[in-house]
Amino acid sequence: MSYFGDIYKGIKTLLTGMSVTGKVFLNNKNNSITQQYPDNRETLKMFNRFRGEVVMPHNEKNEHTCTGCQKCEIACPNGSIEIIWDRQIDPESGKKKKMIDQHIYHLGMCTMCGLCIEACPTDAILWAQNYENSVYDRSALTKVLNQPGSKIMPGVED
Amino acid sequence: MILSINIVENNMLNMLLIAAIYLGIFSVAGLFLVLLERKVAAWFQLRLGPNRVGPWGLLQTMADALKLVSKELTGTVKADKFLYNLAPYFVIISSLMALAVFPFTQEFQAFDINIGIFFLIAISSIGVIGILLGGWASNNKFALIGAMRSGVQTISYELSVGLSLVTMVLLTGTLQLSEIIEVQKNGWLIVQGHIPAIIAFMIYMIAGTAETNRAPFDMVEAESELGAGFHTEYSGMKFAYFFLAEFINMFIIAAIAATVFFGGWLEPAWLTPLGIAEVFPAIGVFWFLGKTFALVFLMMWFRWTFPRLRVDQLLTLEWKYLLPLNLLNIVLMALIVWLGLTIQI
Ligand code: SF4
Ligand code: SF4
Repeated sequence: MSYFGDIYKGIKTLLTGMSVTGKVFLNNKNNSITQQYPDNRETLKMFNRFRGEVVMPHNEKNEHTCTGCQKCEIACPNGSIEIIWDRQIDPESGKKKKMIDQHIYHLGMCTMCGLCIEACPTDAILWAQNYENSVYDRSALTKVLNQPGSKIMPGVED
Repeated sequence: MILSINIVENNMLNMLLIAAIYLGIFSVAGLFLVLLERKVAAWFQLRLGPNRVGPWGLLQTMADALKLVSKELTGTVKADKFLYNLAPYFVIISSLMALAVFPFTQEFQAFDINIGIFFLIAISSIGVIGILLGGWASNNKFALIGAMRSGVQTISYELSVGLSLVTMVLLTGTLQLSEIIEVQKNGWLIVQGHIPAIIAFMIYMIAGTAETNRAPFDMVEAESELGAGFHTEYSGMKFAYFFLAEFINMFIIAAIAATVFFGGWLEPAWLTPLGIAEVFPAIGVFWFLGKTFALVFLMMWFRWTFPRLRVDQLLTLEWKYLLPLNLLNIVLMALIVWLGLTIQI
């Protein structure tokens, strides 16, 4: 008689499953687990550890703290960072030294792993909190992080 | 408002008008069924569902439809062009045709044919030809596998749908839908036929879900293994036809069940003494749609609860369980009708 036993068991387990989903259906109003899209852009407070994109902060005198050491470029697992540098005469000390020309960051390739930021000895780069990064042309995803005309903050290399 | 429509007496213009009304109502209704499905699915999965386009996302599927209409109709180079283009129309026309025979209220029925149930079963199996054509003509292996599965599935489960309805016909003694409802004035058939009727209803709902190719019987589309099954190669409006047909078919299966088992547009017996139906007969539409949507919801509930069956399990379920039980059930029902053991209110 296992034939009818199977039918009984089948129907019973199906009904058990349906009662489980039915309960979820009835109780979902309050505990829906969906995280809503952050529409409240003005009042939004992002989480500290949120990884939007890599940026290089500049102070009011248009100075950054990047020495051009290239540690971030080496640390990046997929070559998203390119440092273009040359040796220039430092106006203060009069010595020749390594300076960055352009800190190029390919947002389109970046996996947000954060290794570059870990590697930077002078904390020249850090995470931005923005999250709407889509653009119409992918060339817009290649960014130069140091602002034009910026220079290194004095005293960083000491 | 009385919408008594008799094809034989009325002229061509009338027919076209009715056809246009049905088309209009049901293409919009189909869109809202899609929306309902997505909302119900979301609630089952603790999500929110569409909530961006219009209030509560009410216009989401409208926007989707507009997007599909504006899309390019692509196809494969090696497709059999004629059959490939014919297939979506087969599917959508057969499901729209079936809508004609449903009595929405006493007065509102486009086509009261005396072989109503038979007509419905016949029409609903034409749709599978469209699926087979589409899968074959696409010249794509996934589409072909999907279409063949559809053939296997529909041919098998057609039997159970037919036989479970035959069980109920034993009670009514007629195939005409309006008369089937007339019979139910002494109690809905699921009450009149008690045990065998309930068994027939369960078999009908299982087989009906399989007929519409919905999960847990979505072997035909099987996103995880076949791409999109038989409509892998379709795009734009032709894809939308398949999609819409699936939802209209779901409505049809639920509407047949509502008519045959739950009294169609009749109000529940405990409401009859109030006499609302006599004063305001159009309320029948409400009851009919209410019952239908309750059953549609049941099918959505199935979809979001049960895992998909494998092809061999699918055939085992039909040929080893549903079919023998169905045949036994017919004998049981025949005995009950013969011995007069039905429950009449
Ligand atoms: S976050 Fe990772 S992937 Fe992105 S630039 Fe830094 S090291 Fe490269
Ligand atoms: S960003 Fe930091 S790690 Fe990269 S070159 Fe500049 S100082 Fe070196």
